[in-house]
Amino acid sequence: MSKGQLPRWVDYGVLPALNLLAAFIISGLVVVVIGEDPFEAVKWLVWGALGYGEGFGYTLYYATNFIFTGLAVAVAFHAGLFNIGGEGQAYVGGLGIALVCLAMDRFVPWWVTFPFAIIGGAVFGAAWAFIPGYLQAKRGSHIVITTIMFNFIASALMVYLLSNILIPQGTMSPSSRNFEAGGQLPLLRNVFSSFDFGQSPVNLAFFLALAVCVVVWLLIWHTKLGYEIRSFGANPDAAAYAGISPVRITVVTMLISGALAGLMGINVVMGEQTRLLLDFAGGAGFVGIAVALMGRGHPIGIILASMLFGLLYQGGAELAFEIPTISRDMIVVIQALVILFAGALEHMFRPAVVAFFDRFSSSTAEA
Amino acid sequence: MLDTIILVLDSTFRLSTPLLFACLAGLFSERSGIVDIGLEGKILGAAFAAAAAAYVFQSPWIGLLAGIMVSVMLALVHGYASISQRGNQVVSGVAINFLAAGLTVLLGQAWFSQGGRTPALSPATRFESLTLPFADTLANVPVLGPIYANLISGHNILVYASFAAVPLTWWIIFRTRFGLRLRAVGENPSAADTAGLSVTLLRYRATIICGILCGFSGAYLSVAQGAGFIKDMSAGKGFIALAALIFAKWKPVNAMFTCLLFGFLDALAIRLQGQEIPGIGEVPVQVFQALPYVLTVVLLAGFIGRAIPPKASGIPYVKERT
Repeated sequence: MSKGQLPRWVDYGVLPALNLLAAFIISGLVVVVIGEDPFEAVKWLVWGALGYGEGFGYTLYYATNFIFTGLAVAVAFHAGLFNIGGEGQAYVGGLGIALVCLAMDRFVPWWVTFPFAIIGGAVFGAAWAFIPGYLQAKRGSHIVITTIMFNFIASALMVYLLSNILIPQGTMSPSSRNFEAGGQLPLLRNVFSSFDFGQSPVNLAFFLALAVCVVVWLLIWHTKLGYEIRSFGANPDAAAYAGISPVRITVVTMLISGALAGLMGINVVMGEQTRLLLDFAGGAGFVGIAVALMGRGHPIGIILASMLFGLLYQGGAELAFEIPTISRDMIVVIQALVILFAGALEHMFRPAVVAFFDRFSSSTAEA
Repeated sequence: MLDTIILVLDSTFRLSTPLLFACLAGLFSERSGIVDIGLEGKILGAAFAAAAAAYVFQSPWIGLLAGIMVSVMLALVHGYASISQRGNQVVSGVAINFLAAGLTVLLGQAWFSQGGRTPALSPATRFESLTLPFADTLANVPVLGPIYANLISGHNILVYASFAAVPLTWWIIFRTRFGLRLRAVGENPSAADTAGLSVTLLRYRATIICGILCGFSGAYLSVAQGAGFIKDMSAGKGFIALAALIFAKWKPVNAMFTCLLFGFLDALAIRLQGQEIPGIGEVPVQVFQALPYVLTVVLLAGFIGRAIPPKASGIPYVKERT
């Protein structure tokens, strides 16, 4: 090991842990500023998320969302693209899922609807990512800006559709009608009745998310396309020189990314709500950025990071209930700090750690 | 008819002001090479700080000052991450947005216990409308009278400040040594560095100016236009300002016209809500809400002119490679 380099376990284990620790310490300080005891807060948070069956079920439910959106951001990252539009793609993907469910739920059982809903969500999500991807590849408009714009366009579009077209007659709240049994994914509490999931909405989409992780892992590291995506991300010029079409890779990667984000609706629309709701994505698309950063773009890392954020979301709700002065917005603060320290400031501790290891290795060499 | 036009244009001015401040803020930052997705967060943070301070100290000016301070602090976090640590500027901006969205409501709830709001501000603790000289006497002059009295007069001081900031920004960016250097580090930092300029210092100064202007924008929302802070009250204005900045091709005067256009769309949407337009029928409000974003996407795609950002924007400057 040469000077200035770190062993892999430090690079992938210790540094992210230090970043996370910094984020949590600052979060703790915020709690102190509010005038509460941070250790008490952590206790309620962990208990709320893991301490009992229903809480754990919710943790898994939230984690499912974040796995989808995290994978979406990660796949784009591998191609050097920053897809900040996961939120909009998930939102529009939910529309695709809802349309499939609305069309089929009265005629067939759920397991017939399910594959079509997956296709619906993936296609709609991919379609929403296609335009930014195409514009970046062909017209050179920056993908970060276009995907941000498309988040807002998606929001306006969905408000219009929900409050004017999909709303059932005679109701006031902008949402679609409830799906019948044929459009509802089975909840885990009904599938595994021996395990106590309480009233939590964790459903079969959780296993879909895990399956998608395997698919993404195979795609990125064991296929030609994945190799091209990673080459393009590492060095676009070299990739182009090697005969990889930048236009094709950009568009295809964005399609995959959008499709993954679009699948999030399976969990919320088909699993939990069993109808299309206003703003159902609820920021999960943005959490995906944090998840992808923390998980270092690898499905295993993404699952772990999603579990952590699932824990924060569910635990945060419990915490807000037990200590009302710490409202649920605490989660948003923690999330922001994780993005800041694990993302933008990811190299902050590196020089110190490198210095530490250099001294350590030189002293062992002398001995 | 004239009254309706004046009414719509009047609210155009009010709605453009926060966009204009934020757009000019983004202009300084991006001209120096720092991409700022975090305008939204800075506006929101400033809005909260301004409303809270204006309430506690019973003064809009202290509110404005507090707003600017918080906004500059957030800008410095962004600066530290993107200049000193050479982190990803988009990621840092996203973090700033979340930080503001979370902290404002969290602290608001902890301090004022009104569901994340700040207590309503009385007129004396807000920036009130100013009546320009002779507005009342000239109001009866046909056409020009109402325009002067109702459109130009009768805004609060921050509205005028935002429009005054346009020529000032133009002058700073294009006519001062600082502006020249700022543009140089945004286009070609290594050349500027070779010429003996500190890229780091210049970019930090740009981020601080960006923070100050976002502070004005936020304070306007909560202490001038509104009467107190409401959760998520910036409602995407930072992103519209970002869109406006691209639409304006990173030029101050264009920025003013773009912000007026986007403000006008907003005013029109409010005005036309539930009304029939002859020949077209009822246009959904959402069309007007989405229009600024759609226009920006179309512009970015190069279908109406070309929007070319400062060359070095978004790229951290590395002085020496080891």
